[in-house]
Amino acid sequence: MNKIFFILIQLVFFIAVAPLLSGLISKIKNSLRMRKGQSILQPYYNLAKLFSKGEVVSATASWVFRITPFIVIASTLCAASLIPVFIFPASLNYLGDFLALIFILALGRFFLALAGLDTGSSFGGMGSSREMFISSLVEPVLCLVIFSVSLRSGSTSLAAFSAVGAAPVTFIIAGAALFLITLAETSRIPVDNQETHLELTMVHEAMILEYSGRSLALIEMASYVKQMIFFLLIAQIVFPVSLPVSVNPLQVIFWAIWFLARLAIVAISVAVVEVSVAKMRLFRVADFLGFAFVLGIIAGICAILGV
Amino acid sequence: MLNLFPKQFFLFDPLALFFLAVIFIVSLPSAIYAIGYFSPKANPPAAERGEYSPGKITLSWFLLVIFILSMAAVVTAANALIFLIVWEIMSLVSYFLVVFDTTHEKSIRAGAIYIIMTHIGTAFLIAAFMMMYRHAHTFDFFALKNACQSIPPQIKNLIFLLLLVGFGTKAGIVPLHIWLPYAHPQAPSHISSIMSGVMIKTAIYGIIRFVIFVLGVNSSWWGILILILALISCLVGVIYALMEHDLKRLLAYHSVENIGIILLGVGLSMFFISLNLPYLAVFSLIAGLYHLVNHAIFKGLLFLCAGSVYKATGTRDIEKLGGLIKKMPQTALYFLIGAMAISALPPLNGFVSEWLTLQAFFLGAFKVTGGVKLFLGVCASLLALTGGLAAACFVKAFGITFLALPRSNHAKAAQEVPLAMRAGMFFLALLTVIFGLSAALIMKLLARITGSVTGIDISNMGFSLNNFILQPQAGKGIYLSPALLALVLIALGIAGFAVYRLTGRKKAVIFNTWDCGYYKVDARNEYTATAFSKPLRIAFSFFLLPYRKTQKIRESFYHVKSFTYETHTTPVFRKYAYEPLVGLVMRAAKFMRRIQPGSIHLYLLYIFVTVLLLIIFMNKF
Repeated sequence: MNKIFFILIQLVFFIAVAPLLSGLISKIKNSLRMRKGQSILQPYYNLAKLFSKGEVVSATASWVFRITPFIVIASTLCAASLIPVFIFPASLNYLGDFLALIFILALGRFFLALAGLDTGSSFGGMGSSREMFISSLVEPVLCLVIFSVSLRSGSTSLAAFSAVGAAPVTFIIAGAALFLITLAETSRIPVDNQETHLELTMVHEAMILEYSGRSLALIEMASYVKQMIFFLLIAQIVFPVSLPVSVNPLQVIFWAIWFLARLAIVAISVAVVEVSVAKMRLFRVADFLGFAFVLGIIAGICAILGV
Repeated sequence: MLNLFPKQFFLFDPLALFFLAVIFIVSLPSAIYAIGYFSPKANPPAAERGEYSPGKITLSWFLLVIFILSMAAVVTAANALIFLIVWEIMSLVSYFLVVFDTTHEKSIRAGAIYIIMTHIGTAFLIAAFMMMYRHAHTFDFFALKNACQSIPPQIKNLIFLLLLVGFGTKAGIVPLHIWLPYAHPQAPSHISSIMSGVMIKTAIYGIIRFVIFVLGVNSSWWGILILILALISCLVGVIYALMEHDLKRLLAYHSVENIGIILLGVGLSMFFISLNLPYLAVFSLIAGLYHLVNHAIFKGLLFLCAGSVYKATGTRDIEKLGGLIKKMPQTALYFLIGAMAISALPPLNGFVSEWLTLQAFFLGAFKVTGGVKLFLGVCASLLALTGGLAAACFVKAFGITFLALPRSNHAKAAQEVPLAMRAGMFFLALLTVIFGLSAALIMKLLARITGSVTGIDISNMGFSLNNFILQPQAGKGIYLSPALLALVLIALGIAGFAVYRLTGRKKAVIFNTWDCGYYKVDARNEYTATAFSKPLRIAFSFFLLPYRKTQKIRESFYHVKSFTYETHTTPVFRKYAYEPLVGLVMRAAKFMRRIQPGSIHLYLLYIFVTVLLLIIFMNKF
């Protein structure tokens, strides 16, 4: 019972904080471009607006289109419940491990891609095709990252890898590889662009183009949570920190600040990358992810050498 | 001296029983499905939809029974000679089933490729069994097993290679897969389902029975060779499947891929046996066998669904389909379940076995030392790539076939298939879910089977906790519980739905798809399968070697009336390996024809010379 309580707190935490990261990134991007930009809380306003709006569903769409938002939010939150934030290493997570995380996230993506095809619009199909192309190339890199990180702890358990001591080189290179695939997974420049609705460039946005109102709100929420999952994983790998063992208030407060600061650091890096590089052609993404794959292999070699 | 008569005809050990179960799990629903498939009601009058005469239907039932029985005999034979005989019956009967639609020229061609390849495979098997016989002087499995311990390693290596080629041909390992994508789709759908679901698994049975059980693994390169071949099969299978737009052939290519995944488990197990890591050997073989039964179930299911689509529309080309989810809601649901399972999505069965296989790689990498660690890690990541590509492929297969608007009149006129066909699909879809959720129980069962094959004591290996949590290795903190996962997913989905209902009560407005404000969207605007797979065709162009044909049809020099545009990929294996080989054989045959001029004197000379040579040979050796 205790564990379910912790998981619930964790999910609430994810839902509460995840949109803030997107707001933060867009604020930083605008600041770097010398613009005033929208408020950091804009994602919350957007969600509130979407939840209050009516919804239009395509006449072509089937039930797959209707249930997709719920499957997407369920799979993303399920993945979020695997990440050790409040669930202490001592309390074991029977749901699944780091590898299961890949598959759980794939569930939501699979249905999103189907929903993109379901409406019969070319935009949706284009988005689905590109999304599946990118995600299928992301998976081997993610697997290599898990491999190199878990070699040290000897386990693919998510709680275990944050508990072992740092192997600086491995973790930094693995973190870099994870950073690159995070850009791809969270539709960031140079792979995708969240700010555009131009058919030649959009990937994720094209796939969900037909969604509106509350369904869109759920999907947007899921994207924010997914982004936070990836940011947390990067933070956990590059700045490994063990969770507080005692309930000493000072220690908990310090941990909480550091915890959020790490997320902010990742968000700032993403923002800086987004303003400083141009979006690449879709077919170049294969090279980009190929580079990430090589980084993953290097991380694996470093892990074997024990550095 | 010659001891051909078997002491024991059949053997029912745990491995044989397991395969027997797999055979009947898929054959039973396929047979029920066949009732509907052959019923005349299902056939709107169209010749190409496969209307058979009553005599032919009776023949098909007869062949089906022989086919199933021969497969059952293959996995229970206790003697290599009996094994070969029933193996050959199985191959021949399946040949007749491949060419069952004799009106199709394609069937005859596919059958020819199939029967040639399968006999080449059998020839290798015969050679391997002969070599074992030389040492054992009997064909009984247990006697062979004992004799194999005294065979020198070089001979053992040779026997292993012969067995690998022999069984690999049947399993469809790349580059011996060439027949599989032709033969499997050409048979009637319930037969495709049995062939892809079960028949190719008998080859895996052969590898486990003869290499692991009889021969005994003694060098680590055996396992590594199988791993590499399996990985190539995975990737080649899935990449070709992505380019394929014939629904049944797409599934056949996925069989190549999935055989690869099964062999990853088997190969890893052999590798760990040679390294003397019994725990991991058992675990990897469990992963392989689990994927084997899962693949049998979901591939059987998918082939049955594809057959229903074919029955309802008369076409297998997914570019001409679409919108079937509204016309055939049940078939669509079953296909979706199958597609989710083969794409390894939680909490279905494909997810569990792929997770176990990945876990086997990881656990192995934690145990071994040095460069092998990296090898296993890279293998695991390529398996993940395969999984990602398979998901992309099934988004395409399901999305283009069942979603959006119908792309042809055939698809528009489709109707749901009769009850018997739906019943067969329902049964397999149900098993897909059950085999996912009850993973921990199945794991226990499989542990007993692998224990008996490898001769490893499994009594103190705890693979599961509380009967619903998988635990690959105790004390590592690695858990997976598909049942719990399903529960959490459903709970969160309901929570999402509750939020959706509570935040607004307005019903969704049904309106046209956004058409950029210009004209009504119709089926011509839809994304096609060719377009869907284009990014991957470009990413893998180094292997697929795509080329296009464009042709301008002109009315006059100035006015182009229309364009035709085709895009193709080069079949690398056929073009660069098989066609030169066939050319060589044909040239050799032409050359050899010279020694057969038709003169009886010359032929008498040949006989004399042959006898002379044989006498010399017998005296010398």
